Amino acid sequence: MMTGAEIVIRCLQEEKVEYVFGYPGGSVLHIYDELFKQDKVKHVLVRHEQAAVHAADGLARSTQKVGVALVTSGPGATNAVTGIATAYMDSIPLVVITGQVPTHYIGQDAFQECDTVGITRPCVKHNFLIKDVRDIATTMKKAFYIANSGRPGPVVVDIPKDITAAKCKFEYPKEIRMRSYNPVVKGHLGQIKKAVQLLLGAKRPMIYSGGGVILSNAAEQLTALTRRLGYPITNTLMGLGAYPATDPQFLGMPGMHGTLEANMAMQHCDVLLAVGARFDDRVIGNPENFASLPRKIIHVDIDPSSISKRVRVDVPIVGNVPDVLDEMIKLIEAETGKPDIAPWWEEIGGWRSKQCMKYAMKDIIMPQYVIEKLYEVTGGNAIVTSDVGQHQMWAAQYYKFDQPRRWLNSGGLGTMGVGLPYAMGAALANPDRQVACVTGEGSIQMCIQELSTAKQFRLPIKIINLNNRYLGMVRQWQEMFYGSRYSESYMDSLPDFVKLAEAYGHVGIRVERPEDVEDALKKAFIDHKNDLVFLDILTDREANVFPMVAAGKGLSDMILAEDL
Amino acid sequence: MRHIISILLENESGALSRVAGLFSARGYNIETLTVAPTEDLSLSRLTIVTSGSDEVIEQITKQLNKLIDVIKVVDLSEAAHIERELMLIKVRASGKDREEMKRMADIYRGRIIDVTETTYVIELTGSGSKLDSFIQAIDADLILETVRTGVSGIGRGDRMLKA
Repeated sequence: MMTGAEIVIRCLQEEKVEYVFGYPGGSVLHIYDELFKQDKVKHVLVRHEQAAVHAADGLARSTQKVGVALVTSGPGATNAVTGIATAYMDSIPLVVITGQVPTHYIGQDAFQECDTVGITRPCVKHNFLIKDVRDIATTMKKAFYIANSGRPGPVVVDIPKDITAAKCKFEYPKEIRMRSYNPVVKGHLGQIKKAVQLLLGAKRPMIYSGGGVILSNAAEQLTALTRRLGYPITNTLMGLGAYPATDPQFLGMPGMHGTLEANMAMQHCDVLLAVGARFDDRVIGNPENFASLPRKIIHVDIDPSSISKRVRVDVPIVGNVPDVLDEMIKLIEAETGKPDIAPWWEEIGGWRSKQCMKYAMKDIIMPQYVIEKLYEVTGGNAIVTSDVGQHQMWAAQYYKFDQPRRWLNSGGLGTMGVGLPYAMGAALANPDRQVACVTGEGSIQMCIQELSTAKQFRLPIKIINLNNRYLGMVRQWQEMFYGSRYSESYMDSLPDFVKLAEAYGHVGIRVERPEDVEDALKKAFIDHKNDLVFLDILTDREANVFPMVAAGKGLSDMILAEDL
Repeated sequence: MRHIISILLENESGALSRVAGLFSARGYNIETLTVAPTEDLSLSRLTIVTSGSDEVIEQITKQLNKLIDVIKVVDLSEAAHIERELMLIKVRASGKDREEMKRMADIYRGRIIDVTETTYVIELTGSGSKLDSFIQAIDADLILETVRTGVSGIGRGDRMLKA
């Protein structure tokens, strides 16, 4: 016989969970007591529950494992909600265990009670409230299975305190079958054949891939297919690294801050192969404008509801991306020769020659320049996390990701504050890799307390704070669309970040001149290899992110830096 | 277009709110919703009447299928089906209206199941539009109270929704 708390921990051990990110409290005390008694599952004590979920999420994004967080009832659970919603929007596999008040208190407005299952319902893949100790093992098994199969997502398991004290026999199920949940794996062969024929017959083909390729570990297949065809490819913000950004077939990122060549190729292609992408509004702009152009669309996705949601597609293929791509490659390899699309490449060359990513150097630090130097100093091999805003776009645009799972950011929900906890999760799960958190002085303050966690666990994260004393993306929109009325986008009374970093026991370096950027980065990554270094880099205050497609406009309607 | 969507789902606490929550979260409308366990008590059968363009209905069925507790979804209105709804309607039945109300109930094959000196409760079964038509047919001032179950539906012949 085991207590429910012990069973919870045993389940985590069975799932080979190495790290649990969490924060203790009344309802989870039994579980924390069991954590104390063992050493297989390591617990990372965060300083705010939001960061626990983000850190678990960062671990999941940088590996292919399920991230695990553990929080108490009431405020513990509500603080976790932002993290859960962030993971949900980007389809990240998580299991979040929340404590709950004892079963006989539920519904009585007990101390630290909230309806966790009700609150999280719209932002989880699934959630459970366990009402019997005998259900813990099966529920945990289901939670891990659901989180990491099909289209992944977060699963919440809410466990009342009395259930963690009750006892029963422990037996972890070897496998789980659910009559109501059977994700499709294999794509429809007829559809795949149709897709291949369309692709091979295209005069102006384009490949557009998203986060689904990263999540399903299909970068290898995508790269093989793209190389074999010799077609141009773009990766969305969530899909960066699925195809090497340094390869000439790569056109850069599409969308609101995508490259001219990627967006124009999306618009003017005759066959578009969309893989693990969902035609998001930040990617295709106005769907009516997008749909108005004649092109055939092939869409491969594991989630049928992603298909024909925003844009009608011609050849839908529901299936696991790597499996479908394998089938496609097999069929294409049976063909001889490569399709000749030289005139299309010439047209793309014309767009490319505009060099839309060019920016002018000044005697103050340009944020783009910092990212380029970061790329050089880290050899393009770091895991880069970001927060949300201008710095996020610059990092995505100027750090050339050649590998999947190296770029972690909140694409769907756009959550400021994820950068540092993502870096914590990534650093723990990838101890041999450099981890950089590209952030801004606005975002970093949303989870700044985690500098304390990073100290406790000796995480050598390098924080690249692009400090322009503005909420830059808000300011940019206010400049462009609100007559430069900078309503509440100015950051006053900023802390001295160098001293702040030092106060937490870290290394702080301020950088104010362009010629010092490279040295400071080298100092951080080489001299202080094993320290957390906070680089507070004072950048051009009014630099804007270009190119840009204004919200609600079509992708061809691009504003380039040189137009202004 | 009006659609009748039939759903087979796990009879577990919270399953209904997942379905209802999906509709409100994604801005789909619910005209009626009925739910009850089936002969297999581990299953609930839920019928939703909704309306929307073909694209919206396609998304509704796909999103419903995505819910972990949902086992099967079918758009009954895509093929031959039967729909029924039950209404209990309390009407004023005094003086000259008393006989008239009895006659209307007969015409619509309704049954009077409660009688007082001044009121009737009429039980009426049929398609949603038949019940609407009954309400239209009687004097609105005489209606004291109506309660409708919402539509239940089932496919004709060999069409079956089974786990």
